[in-house]
Amino acid sequence: MSTNAQKRGFGATIWDYLTTVDHKKIAHLYLIAGGLFFLIGGLEALFIRIQLLKPNNDFVSAGLFNELLTMHGTTMIFLAAMPLVFAFMNAVMPLQIGARDVAFPFLNSLGFWLFLFGGLFLNLSWFLDAAPNAGWTSYASLSIAQTGHGIDFYALGLQIAGLGTLIGGINFLVTIINMRAPGMTYMRMPMFTWTTFVVSALILFAFPPLTVGLFLMTFDRMFGANFFDAAMGGNTIIWEHFFWIFGHPEVYILILPAFGIFSEIFAIFSRKRLFGYSSMVFATVLIGFLGFMVWAHHMFTTGLGPIANSIFAVATMAIAVPTGIKIFNWLFTMWGGSIRFTTPMLWAVAFIPSFLMGGVTGVMLGSAAQDYQYHDTYFVVAHFHYVIVGGVVFALFAGAHLYWPKMFGTMLNEVLGKITFVLFFVGFHMTFFIQHFLGLWGMPRRVFTYLPGQGFETSNVVSSIGAFLMAAGVIVLLINVVITSVKNEKVGNDPWGDGRTLEWALSSPPPYYNFKQLPLVRGLDAYWIEKMEGKKGMTPAEPLGDIHMPNNSFIPFLISLGLFIAAFGAMYHGDEGNTWGIPVLIFGLLFTLGSMFVRSIKDDHGYHIPKEELIDDNDKGVKA
Amino acid sequence: MKRLAKWRLVSLFAILTLVLSACSGQPYLSTLQPAGEVAKKQYDLMVFSTIMMIAVMAVVAVIFIIVLVKFRRKDDKIPNQVEGNHAMEIIWTVIPILLVLVLAVPTVSAVFNFADVDAMEKKNEDGTSDALVVNVRANLYWWEFEYPNEKIVTGQELIVPTDEKVYFNLIASDVKHSFWIPAAGGKMDNNTENVNKFWLEFDSKKADPDKLFQGRCAELCGPSHALMDFKVKALPRAEFDQWVTNMQNIKEPQDATTDLAQQGQEIFNKSCIGCHAVTPSNGTPADARMAPNLTNFGDRNIIAGYLEHNEENLKNWLSDPETYKPGNKMTGTYGELTPEQLDALTAYLMGLKVQGE
Repeated sequence: MSTNAQKRGFGATIWDYLTTVDHKKIAHLYLIAGGLFFLIGGLEALFIRIQLLKPNNDFVSAGLFNELLTMHGTTMIFLAAMPLVFAFMNAVMPLQIGARDVAFPFLNSLGFWLFLFGGLFLNLSWFLDAAPNAGWTSYASLSIAQTGHGIDFYALGLQIAGLGTLIGGINFLVTIINMRAPGMTYMRMPMFTWTTFVVSALILFAFPPLTVGLFLMTFDRMFGANFFDAAMGGNTIIWEHFFWIFGHPEVYILILPAFGIFSEIFAIFSRKRLFGYSSMVFATVLIGFLGFMVWAHHMFTTGLGPIANSIFAVATMAIAVPTGIKIFNWLFTMWGGSIRFTTPMLWAVAFIPSFLMGGVTGVMLGSAAQDYQYHDTYFVVAHFHYVIVGGVVFALFAGAHLYWPKMFGTMLNEVLGKITFVLFFVGFHMTFFIQHFLGLWGMPRRVFTYLPGQGFETSNVVSSIGAFLMAAGVIVLLINVVITSVKNEKVGNDPWGDGRTLEWALSSPPPYYNFKQLPLVRGLDAYWIEKMEGKKGMTPAEPLGDIHMPNNSFIPFLISLGLFIAAFGAMYHGDEGNTWGIPVLIFGLLFTLGSMFVRSIKDDHGYHIPKEELIDDNDKGVKA
Repeated sequence: MKRLAKWRLVSLFAILTLVLSACSGQPYLSTLQPAGEVAKKQYDLMVFSTIMMIAVMAVVAVIFIIVLVKFRRKDDKIPNQVEGNHAMEIIWTVIPILLVLVLAVPTVSAVFNFADVDAMEKKNEDGTSDALVVNVRANLYWWEFEYPNEKIVTGQELIVPTDEKVYFNLIASDVKHSFWIPAAGGKMDNNTENVNKFWLEFDSKKADPDKLFQGRCAELCGPSHALMDFKVKALPRAEFDQWVTNMQNIKEPQDATTDLAQQGQEIFNKSCIGCHAVTPSNGTPADARMAPNLTNFGDRNIIAGYLEHNEENLKNWLSDPETYKPGNKMTGTYGELTPEQLDALTAYLMGLKVQGE
């Protein structure tokens, strides 16, 4: 089963990716799938902006517009941002802690395939029936009232995808707790690993409420329950709570890894260790903790009463404190440094003012009494795009350029990278800055059109032009990826020259077993310490020995496929005259359970890479 | 040269005024041109917090610019690896805490102030209250306004007295909506299962009879969410009382005055009256009121919530409601109307006015 690098055919490569349990290949899968969904979500955004280009436009119908806005939000959060963040976590975190893989490689693969099948299921709604149309929040009274299967696609698709995320989160938690290299104490972990750690804990606590909410909705819509039907004694507000108890931490699940990526970038390209590392760790943990205390600020106008609103307002504003600490720490990481403006660094530098803008409007929104005006207007749209695009998406672009050599062994073109940056950065601010004012002038969000004469025309044109600039930036990035892949100029271990953490001590891409010998970590920025002492690589912490590796497996794909099939049965069984729904549902679930059963009874002890083979491989891995 | 400088100054001011006026939006619609106590307090909070935030951003901007200018890579030297600085870290932890506290005080005080609805809860012996109360019932794409003390119902156009607190009971009859009059103050949701209460006040100096305040639905409620608008007519107390009296005087459906309108009334009584009431008394229970009350339709300023109030729009709306408000509940509840029938109905509906004695 050894997958030592050999020339293989196309079919073999596909099969390899379908069965892989290697965190680096799973990272490729997350990157490709997440990137694809990012393009789909972006296309939906462009349609939205074309529709809003002028008043009373009829580019899309009112109903289709609601589907577009719902799918744009859902796709971008669950199917683009989350998996792309997971791509970098998978690619980098195990390397940063000096591990040979994640704790449960099989589960890692299962997490990916669950996400992919969930995402595919959700997007099939465009072709099979109608897409979900109650917003990415899918508030219960509206979503329960919808006819057709749109909302069913949402509930079932997210359920499957969410399961994958939960599994991934648990896996990362166990990995970071148990698999750190000798000497890698918690307070020596790179910042990106720290944020992965905190985020995994957030996933562990935030996804179950979503799972519960989605189950209740699934049963309401497909199996005749009445959890959200007020006339039957149900309650729709409970959905809002479930959704936001998940939904607010979700925002931090996205932004904390972004903070992690930027922390790495600021340190690398300033040639300076992260300023105030321990306070950064503290701030990360505090943000994660407070993230669970503020969900009701999404519900200030729901009518929870002045006491609840006041408590949640103050808690929300409090988050500004640890976030502020981070901003200043980044600034002072650069202060006194030796800054090189590479593409990743440009994104990082641009992130500070962009994210700050989203942060200050966040405080304003957190102040409940003002929020009554901002709530559900374009002001909110502007705010969360400033934090999610200006924070998360900037980090994803920065991370893509930074880690491309580590993931694929070749560098993205810097000139094209900078063109992408300029186009996207200008487009981003054009699109969203003006939307603050649209909201203040009285334009609600999620409107498919607006009437002329309210002063919204010019601003919407500006906003739409900006969206196209962003699209142009993304296209340049795609061209860059193609050119880079075709040229495929291989680079060495530390292509940026200033790498500080363990991943830069390995070849690009690293061998499939990562570390020939686990490295000895002697402090924060382990690789930097060795470099400064004139060493070429890490000191090994163990003698050369056989390496135990897990076998590839097709079972994760099958487990996920079973749920995918079952979802169709669950969705269609209630249709008039439908006879195949229940059998398909049962078949799908049995298929999944059967696959799990096979996995349980079949002994799979993996394989060993013999010592001799590693000695031959002297140009790879850690140089002793 | 001097003239040029002067000209520059003038143009600068002109641009500034232009930008400022462009930045505050339309007076009947914008949160930045508050027309009542609630909106004013919210506007003051916005300005206060914006100034505070700009100060924070200025500090960051200064450090940011210095860093980017001063610390570019010039040589291959390895900079000093600084771990941190406790004094500075404490400063940028404590100052934000103080700023948050400074903002928290007016926030909490305003939250409690906006939620203070004691006056509407104080009931007289006959169950009415001294404060003006409006029950707002939101429906798929239309608004009903019931005045429980005055025992009248109207729809689509909210009529309120100026310079006094108006209290609202908010509920939705189908899916969740949100009641928002930007110029008068922040919104509150119309939930399906519970009544939300809050108050607004409308400033007589800002009320313009030619450009009524714009109200809208702020919570996604379906295809026509964007078109679920309403108007707010704010009248001096005396005029408001007069309007209430006029409404109360209509006990029976008003008879049409012209022949054409009479034909219209016959059509109306056959096809429309099942859902649309033309008397203001609230005899029908709230959840059985299927469509807006049309008692004072002829006096209103909008058709279907957002179209300009004229005969052509009314005919368009009646002949093809689906085009004008996708997903509305009126489509298909009556047969196709001939042009003659449309003329007759229009004449009748436009004649539904509430006159003084």
